[in-house]
Amino acid sequence: MISSHIGYYSLILGFILSISLLIYSVYCFKKNNTKINQNIFSILFLQFFTVIISFISLVYSFVISDFSNETVYNNSHTTKPIFYKISGTWGNHEGSLLLWLLVLTLFIFLFIVFSKKQPTKYRLLSIFFQQIIICGFFLFLLSTSNPFNFLFPVPNEGLGLNPILQDPALAIHPPILYLGYVGSSIIFSASLASLVQNNINSLWAIHIKKWIQIAWVFLTIGILLGSVWAYYELGWGGFWFWDPVENVSLMPWLCLTALLHTIIVLEKRSLLKSWTVILSIATFTLSMSGTFLVRSGILNSVHTFANDPKRGVFILLFLFGLILLSLILFFIYQDKENNSQKNFFLISKETSILINNWFMMYFLSVVLIGTIYPIFLEVLINEKISIGPPFFNKLLIPFLAIFLIFMSIGPKLKWIKDNFGRIKYLRIILFFICIITSFYLIKKTSSEILFTSVLGGAAVYLLFISIEDLFKKKYNTSQVISHFGFSLFILSILFNSLFSNEFSANMKVGQELSFKKDQIKFLKIKILEKENYKSVIANFEIIDEKENVISMYPEIRIYNQPNILTSEADIISSVFSDKFMVINLLKGEEIFNVRYQKKPFMIWIWISAFLISFGGILSLFKRN
Amino acid sequence: MIKLIKLILLILILILSFQKLLYANNNSLLVNKISKNLRCLICQGQSVYDSQSDFALSIKILIKNKIEEGKSEKQIYDYLKNQYGEWIVYDPEFNKKNLVLWIFPLILFTFGGLLIYRKVFIN
Amino acid sequence: MKKNIYYSILFLFFIFIFSVFYLGLDKPNSYTPNESSNKNLPTFASKELFLNDEFISNNIIKNNQFTLVNIWASWCAPCRLEHSLLMDLKAKTNINIIGLNYKDKKNNAIKFLNEFGNPFEKILTDPDGTISIELGAYGVPETFLVNSKSKIIRKYIGPLKIDNISEIIRITK
Repeated sequence: MISSHIGYYSLILGFILSISLLIYSVYCFKKNNTKINQNIFSILFLQFFTVIISFISLVYSFVISDFSNETVYNNSHTTKPIFYKISGTWGNHEGSLLLWLLVLTLFIFLFIVFSKKQPTKYRLLSIFFQQIIICGFFLFLLSTSNPFNFLFPVPNEGLGLNPILQDPALAIHPPILYLGYVGSSIIFSASLASLVQNNINSLWAIHIKKWIQIAWVFLTIGILLGSVWAYYELGWGGFWFWDPVENVSLMPWLCLTALLHTIIVLEKRSLLKSWTVILSIATFTLSMSGTFLVRSGILNSVHTFANDPKRGVFILLFLFGLILLSLILFFIYQDKENNSQKNFFLISKETSILINNWFMMYFLSVVLIGTIYPIFLEVLINEKISIGPPFFNKLLIPFLAIFLIFMSIGPKLKWIKDNFGRIKYLRIILFFICIITSFYLIKKTSSEILFTSVLGGAAVYLLFISIEDLFKKKYNTSQVISHFGFSLFILSILFNSLFSNEFSANMKVGQELSFKKDQIKFLKIKILEKENYKSVIANFEIIDEKENVISMYPEIRIYNQPNILTSEADIISSVFSDKFMVINLLKGEEIFNVRYQKKPFMIWIWISAFLISFGGILSLFKRN
Repeated sequence: MIKLIKLILLILILILSFQKLLYANNNSLLVNKISKNLRCLICQGQSVYDSQSDFALSIKILIKNKIEEGKSEKQIYDYLKNQYGEWIVYDPEFNKKNLVLWIFPLILFTFGGLLIYRKVFIN
Repeated sequence: MKKNIYYSILFLFFIFIFSVFYLGLDKPNSYTPNESSNKNLPTFASKELFLNDEFISNNIIKNNQFTLVNIWASWCAPCRLEHSLLMDLKAKTNINIIGLNYKDKKNNAIKFLNEFGNPFEKILTDPDGTISIELGAYGVPETFLVNSKSKIIRKYIGPLKIDNISEIIRITK
């Protein structure tokens, strides 16, 4: 009870501080001091401090199961293990917003601490813009999503025991994702400040690049964790469904990746100034739109938060205000002499980064329109359509193949101007060998031969090209690792989808069926009574042609509070392939629906995705 | 360099025109393929293939029956769309209503290409 | 001047997008199917529950009565809730109430009827659920009000409630 009071009043204090910072930063700005006032540091830290006190109070309320707090009542339960009580703090709408605020206030403080080499007025203006966002979040939290509402009389037990949400990957997936989103908010504020102060230059690029890299790494790992969780926990054997909530995290990532490349051009050649600002605005807008789409109930998805249109209106208006502000600032302060005499030569690194951005924006537009088109159709002509994997696959895969080809050429080009006289004919031969090899490999599966073999060939070619870099004396380690990781990622997904096999049948205990060259035996069922669920564990044996026996134990859990049935897949991962088995109870009979999948190279999808982010992590430690 | 661009455009056109998926003539594979393309209407965001709800299971049996009757994939989709609305199919049709959906990214791509062309080839 | 035009277009574009989203907030995001359609009841063939003989749906539609097709199952909890309302309806009106037993076992269905009463003129079976799909149903319970010309007048998804019953009585007067 006391902790809720402390949490609430700490938030109020934080809100007051955030408004004062808004005003104070403008005041300092007008004073034209050469150095930033030390008070700013203190107040920024204090603002962060109030939020962390508030956050800790909420965590404490969850840990002690204080059901006088409405959020705790809705989302927790006394029998929840302590780890999930804590992670339950941010697993709901109100708590997650508090986490947003925590990261927002932390990052602006760190930003000011680590930007000492930048002009003072720019730093003050960055604070000003960021504080607009922070105040908006405080207002949103306190007016529509207060985590410290009181319940009276105090209930004995909480409602929140959804077992699907009790998973380690899901516990850290939101925080890491938010670190990425908040990072993009800093980039947004800094870019606007830089625009106004005419500070967009090579030095600023070096300074902001670190923040772009940080945000990018977190966003990449955040999305990766979400997919890992979906695969291991949800039990449908897939890891990406083009579900609106997934798309909503992918869109800022695409924009941020484009920005990651564009900032290099700004750094090395002082070009693409306006475009850099546009990308920064777009990335943050997409992050915030994502927040809106997921929390307002406007989309139908497997994992939307609680639907409350009132919250949606707030975020929508807030978002609209920010975009309007950006547009106005851009209109006023855009560098008029930007049509510089500096040329882009066709064969150069700058142009290849332009091409990268071109494709990225295309991918972004596909995901964007695929996600929001149903909303438009419904509002305008009152009809509902569904847009799913077929749409995205058709529009993305062909362009991906070409994109991979450009990825093998681009990084090797020189700045300003290069020429193709340096083309080694060996490379062209290698390219065609890759295509032909993958054609023969893929022909066996008799599926979409032509474009998958081009895709596969391009990916393998990129793989080889990336490795070739390692044998040179001078190379950019982080870029090589990330690009190598990306080619491996595409290859793993391709081979996984082409060579996966699935078996689906209804089986009784004691039954044995054959599948390709394996025998699948349903040995027995074991029923256990666990703390809050009944566990039905099936014991299967898979015997392959070489008489190797693998035991699998897919499980069904019957919870009583709340009354849910979940299927826990048994996944045996190995370097070469994953064996995936899930069972479902058929109504009223002793028959189980059994689904067994052999998924090759599954683990390489995770490894390669991590490699992509690892390149980014390495770049953080690079001395400039 | 122009030749390279032409080559790439040619590959792109070839790929896009070979979009018809060639599947093995196996009934259960076809059932899987169709059910992956259908939305389970009583679930939140799952395909009929993934769902184990009664609705999904019945649809799967219905699909199998219709394939055995000799109905084509398109006929099955049309039948289900007639029953439940376009919402049940995940692959949006290419018709007047969905024109913007399919064309918008491609228009954007062309527009981006033009911008780059201007930046690179025109001073 | 050109710049101004670009920006104005961009601004209008954003206003449009935001208006659409704002309006979209009011729309429900899960499927609410057409509850009154202009379709006819599709023809289907099914086995009767007790006697096991084949019936074609045309024979069920009487030419001077309304027909209520109710999809139910013994294992379906909400069906129990609406069952008493169906018994009521049978007593008060002369609607031809037909049951479609969904994915059920004969013994269980009979036990259910013995316990809760039998409001049905005839009971057809849908052992694998495909007939319900042919009717355009989502699951169980679901009820169709059909007129003597086989046109579906109303579709009720989920268990019948009191106002649904009043509506049925009103329409069939």
